[in-house]
Amino acid sequence: MTQAAAHTLPGGRGFYDEPGRHTGIRGWIFSTDHKRIGLLYLGSMSVFFLTALTLGVLMRLEMLSPGKTIVEPQTYNTFFTLHGIMMIFLFIIPGLPAVFGNFLLPIMIGAKDVFFPRLNLLSWWLFMIGGLLALASVFFPGGAADTGWTFYVPYSVRTSTNVLPALIAAFILGFSSILTGLNFVTTIHRMRAPGMDWFRMPLFVWSLYATAWIQILATPIVGITLLLVAVERMFGVGIFDPALGGDPVLFQHLFWIYSHPAVYIMVLPGLGVVSEILPVFARRTIFGYKFIAYSSLAIAFLGSLVWAHHMFTVGMSNTGMFVFSLLTFLVSIPSAIKVFNWIATLYKGSIALEPPLLFILSFIIQFSIGGFTGLMLGALAVNIHVQDTYFVVGHFHYVMFGGTGFGLFAAMHYWFPKMFGRMYKKGPAVVAWALTTLGFNMLYFPFLILGYMGMPRRYYDYLPEYQSVHVVATVGSWVLALGVIILIVNLLVSLRRGAIAPANPWGGKTLEWTVPSPPPMENFDTIPTVTTGPYDYSEYEQRSAEHP
Amino acid sequence: MFTGSSPFADYVDATFLLIVGISSLVLLGLVVAMIYFLFRYSRKRNPHPTNIEGNVPLEVAWTVIPLVLFMGMFYMGWEGYSRMSEVPDNAVPIHVTARMWTWTFEYPNGLQTDTLFVPVQQPIKLSLTSMDVNHSMYIPAFRIKKDVIPNRTNVMWFSTPEPRSYDIACAEYCGLRHAYMYTKVVAMTPEAFDQWYRARSAKASKDYAPLRSAAPAR
Repeated sequence: MTQAAAHTLPGGRGFYDEPGRHTGIRGWIFSTDHKRIGLLYLGSMSVFFLTALTLGVLMRLEMLSPGKTIVEPQTYNTFFTLHGIMMIFLFIIPGLPAVFGNFLLPIMIGAKDVFFPRLNLLSWWLFMIGGLLALASVFFPGGAADTGWTFYVPYSVRTSTNVLPALIAAFILGFSSILTGLNFVTTIHRMRAPGMDWFRMPLFVWSLYATAWIQILATPIVGITLLLVAVERMFGVGIFDPALGGDPVLFQHLFWIYSHPAVYIMVLPGLGVVSEILPVFARRTIFGYKFIAYSSLAIAFLGSLVWAHHMFTVGMSNTGMFVFSLLTFLVSIPSAIKVFNWIATLYKGSIALEPPLLFILSFIIQFSIGGFTGLMLGALAVNIHVQDTYFVVGHFHYVMFGGTGFGLFAAMHYWFPKMFGRMYKKGPAVVAWALTTLGFNMLYFPFLILGYMGMPRRYYDYLPEYQSVHVVATVGSWVLALGVIILIVNLLVSLRRGAIAPANPWGGKTLEWTVPSPPPMENFDTIPTVTTGPYDYSEYEQRSAEHP
Repeated sequence: MFTGSSPFADYVDATFLLIVGISSLVLLGLVVAMIYFLFRYSRKRNPHPTNIEGNVPLEVAWTVIPLVLFMGMFYMGWEGYSRMSEVPDNAVPIHVTARMWTWTFEYPNGLQTDTLFVPVQQPIKLSLTSMDVNHSMYIPAFRIKKDVIPNRTNVMWFSTPEPRSYDIACAEYCGLRHAYMYTKVVAMTPEAFDQWYRARSAKASKDYAPLRSAAPAR
């Protein structure tokens, strides 16, 4: 579809014109061009996202009434397992870095491609192999995995369902993530254009840099851990299985040593998107550039030290509880700093309420609610009550979907003209924003209430007193789904019918807006020389008498 | 709703409401500032922006003030948890065994039940272990929860003042009937409990000794 769209563009079709050595579909799946790889990820991730979203909507439908509504308990258990595995490993971890990082990172730092283009293509292939294996496991005899995305031992070595393919899929996906991280760190260190020193880098690049380090350092741990679970299932060596003298709590530690930093892999690029989009539509420089840049690194560092806050009810020593709770509160500080700087960036701006900014505003509020509920979870006494309830589910959907998900919607609406050379219709985009924001909050705010009322998560059935709140959440899921459908249809229609996009429709100052839409092969005719910071909007200021 | 149902319930709720209160105020401030800026500095009203690069005193303020607030929240959370982790000396030990998908409670004399009967006011120390996969014993009304893990004995305690019953749920996903792994904790007056305990012990041919005295050795 993207190719078809490109063919109708009158003024140059950019990189779409140059498939390289291969043509047709092979011009895509064997292309080492970072832009084509970014779009490959976009296409494949969208399929995984919509599948997992459908599972989510079905889960909400099941929760409409107590007892059986549409499916049996075993089916429901596979639904939340697949929803989690696909949303986390196939959508939100690769998410922004794989699509927008790939497409934009080289252009934003003034490079022709990433440092290792072939490794980049390999990363996508690994991603597809892992993703398809995870999907295929549903159809193998034995049935889809029913462990939850966390694969907690001993259940994951006991259940007869297809846990093994899911584990191996997650292992392969891990490699895709590590290689992408490696590629981005190298690219940022080695390929910046002349004059693009560290503090002239766009903040999205800073966030990708912090993310890439977590991908490189933390992902191998989950890879090994999941492999050990596979070994345990096949050979019963007794590492985690208590029946063989193993320790199931060891698994949880190893799992969260990765999976907590992983939530920052998921959210940091979203934070970067906010910092990137706000100045453009406020038409002024970002407030506190260095504080925002350093806070990304602080999050990456502190975020590696708080994993056991997922395990406060596991029976840890009081020293462990004390330390992990304290560190959890500390990691909230850099996130708070970002939020305050974002709001301050609107101060004395010249603000245009375009769709990308609308999604960003929803992001800031929802991410803040995610952060506040994180404080409640960080406080030990409260955590004991709400751990493993809907409160936790509500909290992480506020951060992951309300944050990163909306960041992705914002990024789609911001960079769409650059990627496809077309504008989209503003009206439907605003309607999609209103519906997704309304539906999202209607769906997940009730989760916080349910959790504090005492409804545990991963429950097929529930006590009658929870029903009224569940009904509100389920109706919210319909509003949200409708919003997502309108959003996607609007963008798909615009691929063919949208007005031709200029090189710089929003008045952005970063390098990707200096090249045509869509960008040409190898991005730049001549590598630019950078002389200012990324958000220099001084030309719009009122000229005063002293400085005409 | 569950005011005073356990020694922790009020404290947990107070800590929660305090954080909710502070968070709501800050959120309100953020939203009001955001909406005001969007309105006041719209491109129509303010065609010429002012480029403010930052402000170090402000950055320090919004680093230090949250830090102080967060440390307060941390301390309250820790203080509340300390109370949960300090089992009183006179607590009566009851062994809890979880298996897919039932609970078994074993009293000091060996009496086993599937519902947890306790006398009011009496501190109860639960020693938790699992026969198969991970479970988690959760009494929402008491605001307490502890994972129940094979090959491991976790401890949790409570006491409750009123003779009434509360739900016990499993909070750690444990397979097909996870959502049905509910039972109840039934608090009885000391006299009623004694009567029940004596009768049930006799029926199960276990020796009877009153529960409320200092914890008997096991």
